Amino acid sequence: MDDVTGLLWRILAGPLCAAVVIVLICRRSPFYADFSPVMERSAGAVIAIAFLLGSTWFAWMALDAVKTGNVTTSPTYRFIDVGDLEVNVNWSLDRLSVMMAMIVCVVSLCIFVYSVGYMHGDPGINRFFAKLSFFVFSMLGIVFSGNLVMMFVFWELVGVSSYLLIGYWYQRPAAAEAGKKAFIVNRIGDFGFLLGILLVWNVTGSVDFTDIRNYLKAHPAEVSGGVLTIPALLIFCGAVGKSAQLPLHVWLPDAMEGPTPVSALIHAATMVAAGVYMLCRVSFLVFASPAAMDVIAWIGGLTALLSAVIACQQNDIKRILAYSTLSQLGYMVMAVGLSVPQVNGYMPAMFHLSTHAFFKSLLFLSAGSVIIAFHHAEQDIWKMGGLWKKMPITTACFTVGLLALTGFPGLSGFFSKETILGLARERNEDLFTLATVTAGFTSFYMFRALFVAFLGQPRSEAAGKVKESPWVVLGPLVALAILSVIGGYTWMGIPGWLVGDKGLSEAPAGTNVLLLAMLAFVMGLALAVVFYLCGPAEDPVKTKFPFLHRILWNKFGFDEFYLALVKYVQGGLAALCELVDRWVIAGAGVRGTAGVAQTLGKMLQLFQTGGLQTYAFLFAAGLVIILYYVVTQ
Amino acid sequence: MTVPNHNDSFPILSVLIFSPLAAAVVTAAIRSENLLRWWTLLATTAIALFSLPLYGRFDCTTADFQFVEHASWIPALKINYSLGVDGISLLLVLLTTLIMPLCVLCSWRYIQTRAKEFMICLLIMETAMIGVFCALDFILFFVFWEAMLIPMALLIGIWGGPRRIYASLKFFIYTMSGSVLLLVAIIALHLKVGSFSIPDMMGRGFAPEFQCWIFLAFFISFAIKVPMFPFHTWLPAAHVEAPTAGSVLLASILLKMGTYGFLRFSLPITPHATHVFMPYILCLSVVAILYGGLTALAQNDLKKLVAYSSVSHMGFATLGIFALNMAGVEGAILQMINHGVTTGALFIIVGIIYERLHTRDLGEAAGLGKYMPVFAMFVGVFSLSSLAFPGTNSFIGEFLVLCGGFAVSKTMVVCAVPGVVIAAAYMLRMLQKVAWGGANNPDQSHLTDLNVREILTLTPLLVFVFWIGLQPQPFTRVMHASVQRLLEQVK
Repeated sequence: MDDVTGLLWRILAGPLCAAVVIVLICRRSPFYADFSPVMERSAGAVIAIAFLLGSTWFAWMALDAVKTGNVTTSPTYRFIDVGDLEVNVNWSLDRLSVMMAMIVCVVSLCIFVYSVGYMHGDPGINRFFAKLSFFVFSMLGIVFSGNLVMMFVFWELVGVSSYLLIGYWYQRPAAAEAGKKAFIVNRIGDFGFLLGILLVWNVTGSVDFTDIRNYLKAHPAEVSGGVLTIPALLIFCGAVGKSAQLPLHVWLPDAMEGPTPVSALIHAATMVAAGVYMLCRVSFLVFASPAAMDVIAWIGGLTALLSAVIACQQNDIKRILAYSTLSQLGYMVMAVGLSVPQVNGYMPAMFHLSTHAFFKSLLFLSAGSVIIAFHHAEQDIWKMGGLWKKMPITTACFTVGLLALTGFPGLSGFFSKETILGLARERNEDLFTLATVTAGFTSFYMFRALFVAFLGQPRSEAAGKVKESPWVVLGPLVALAILSVIGGYTWMGIPGWLVGDKGLSEAPAGTNVLLLAMLAFVMGLALAVVFYLCGPAEDPVKTKFPFLHRILWNKFGFDEFYLALVKYVQGGLAALCELVDRWVIAGAGVRGTAGVAQTLGKMLQLFQTGGLQTYAFLFAAGLVIILYYVVTQ
Repeated sequence: MTVPNHNDSFPILSVLIFSPLAAAVVTAAIRSENLLRWWTLLATTAIALFSLPLYGRFDCTTADFQFVEHASWIPALKINYSLGVDGISLLLVLLTTLIMPLCVLCSWRYIQTRAKEFMICLLIMETAMIGVFCALDFILFFVFWEAMLIPMALLIGIWGGPRRIYASLKFFIYTMSGSVLLLVAIIALHLKVGSFSIPDMMGRGFAPEFQCWIFLAFFISFAIKVPMFPFHTWLPAAHVEAPTAGSVLLASILLKMGTYGFLRFSLPITPHATHVFMPYILCLSVVAILYGGLTALAQNDLKKLVAYSSVSHMGFATLGIFALNMAGVEGAILQMINHGVTTGALFIIVGIIYERLHTRDLGEAAGLGKYMPVFAMFVGVFSLSSLAFPGTNSFIGEFLVLCGGFAVSKTMVVCAVPGVVIAAAYMLRMLQKVAWGGANNPDQSHLTDLNVREILTLTPLLVFVFWIGLQPQPFTRVMHASVQRLLEQVK
């Protein structure tokens, strides 16, 4: 048993130190006046990348340590110790966490390098890298948390750093609003998460993952019969917020207001994946309640379908990818809900998470490369077109990502998606149908984007003048493209990593599943070819099916509904409280009391005339009354 | 007295209580305004440093009162001068001594008229506040309790805003009416026990009906101070009119008197009644949490916003206290400290904005981040702390309170937790407006960022935000024994 606590600290410390160092030294300062321009322009990126490289290296070492044998970590210090509640700062170190950390580090590294090119010339580039590093730190914190409270702490840190990153261009009102929306929607999910933690603590007496697991094992009778359904579902609420599942999915498309590397980071490997990772981490809780698993599976499946449908009529290239992310996350959540604890548990979900991390960040970064070519001025695919001639590498990378996403045989997404479909086939026929239909939509909207934006003729003046991006942008693209291709093979290690020696080949993906999935893929592709390959000037769906277009364009009206809800219910309640405060409590209550006192005072004042005769009269009258009583008694 | 003094014989508490008074006497003799400020700052800082040994030499293993002093004061009425602190009051005393120098610093430029009288008021306040937390005799307690009232009313009434007289009067009448009931309760207890010693009255097992009446008298008095819904309307008025230092003192220390009263008197003296009234008070706390939050959401005046958020935060404190278990009570005490730190800082921040812009309107005080980046950083941290962000102090407090509450009533906690979401909404709304501002905010380019004095004012509070948030053990450690005994008394 090796104690690798130190190693974990080093992985975590890397990005945190980077953030602190950048904030402290990357500024104009009399101490290094000659270097000030350098410090202001490029030092932040160098520092961030260097520290992240360090973390990646240590994560690799941790991977090695986990591979070679049993490792253990020791709690660092006692965080809270009050009454029955005891929370230590301790860490989880196993295949799951190290694997996840590795994905986070590698993808972040690509994105960091890419950001150097993408954010070139931005005045706040150091601030950007500081925030980015802090974000990675919080994410790694979630990955390694050893108990629910720690996880919640880092969970919220991810929330706030995403708030900062999405609102990075705070001068744009839309960006600031999107940041706030992300934070508050996440907070609503966290409300459930927090209650879930309290309930789990209430039932099992601990918040520590190991302790809870042991408790569940030791007391099977006390946790049977749905005792854990509500706690599991409440904790799932947290994942619904972070992984943007129905009905809390609304923040994710808006989060596209952030710079593209941020979208890639948030949408591919980190923030949204945190929800799925968390479900896997607490899988022992989730698996203890079949009812909760059903709910989870259905929410995942519905999110997958709904967002794939919405993606079919979006025009902003990043928004298409955002809805695609929602849809893929739906697959993962569904996989968690469908998993078979005895066979390979949460592995299908994690497998898809890891391949998705590669190809989705690839897609986002390719889209970013296009946006660079348009000088950050255009994201509408109907203004692009014909990019493949001028930007061959970007187009190739986008296509690779697309094929991986749509599950083209041989690429990483194929394996992970087949695994999930196979699982669904075995566990729940309805969800299998739903997932297969979703796969068809996926191939439709992705090929739509490819045909409209990259193929055909330029649709605008700007599209004719694009240039291929520099190598600092393309390098990460190529690296991610390679990972997207090979990420699914066992020799790459990812699938093997997750399940140990068993391998995922045992996963029950029969020929039927394969055929149906391929059929869906081809149908989607064929539809996209019919509609879009001929190079229409306008979306034919819009002209031929205006009604359908309007519904999808409005995303089924979720945003409007929530806006109305916030405006009328919450705003109304707030205004009501304000009114009650002003008129009922302060007005009637307080002034009323004062008024009664004053009136009483005024009445008594009537007797205080100041006239000697009156006083004498009253004195005499009083005397008479008293005498009368004394005499009659 | 129940326990002998086992620390040492140096009367540290008396020195702490009366040195501000002595400093006030010296202040009266100082002519130069500048010297005056420096002297008050020096005196309060020295007192703050002098109070540190209290923590260092505090014995965490015992629930008894420590640093006890005892002297006969009015023998004919068996009134004694007796002082002491335990795990419940220790942190509050330290919070008081910490906040005072910051109050002086934040009034440095803000107070231009009658600076001498202002400083004297502040120092007298300090004497009275420390006295309240240390007094172990009911009459002594009451003397300090009332003594606090006058300088505070003066602070609002002389150095306050346009409606200062109204606000000052409202504050005075509210608190006074509470005090009267408190006095009645004290006399009633004296008639039963025959002494005014507070420790003597704890755990006596009075008749249930008697307990209920005493509890109610206590309750109204303390609920006004906290302030609990629906006794809270004096608070926004007082805050809006009070000068920055007044608001800080009010929020950081004075509101704690109410919750301290619950812990020191209501729970141990009337345990039966506590159990009888517990459900209602839990309800009122939850209402305060939600109501304060929602009302804060509707405010455009920064001070009102923070004031209503106080109602919400103090709702968490009362929720924890009346959960009557370890996690709840310790969380509540921590929440009291946290609220003192965070809300105090937020009022200082509002004061800084007001000094620069002469407005507290959220629309006009918008978009400061670009020209005041350091300031924006402070606003960000304290807003996060106020919305109970993990890693900051309030998270620990609220989490413990929710844990404690959960053990008593799940429904209550389920109702209270949306308060956390509302807190995010109103704090982010404020942060976003102030730091980044909307598209049509006024031009703020003439503003200068924080100067050294202002940074020094906020930094100690910043340190505590993260210290309590990341390593709360040193703070909860000192409470354990006392809270344990308190819970035994109330059982």
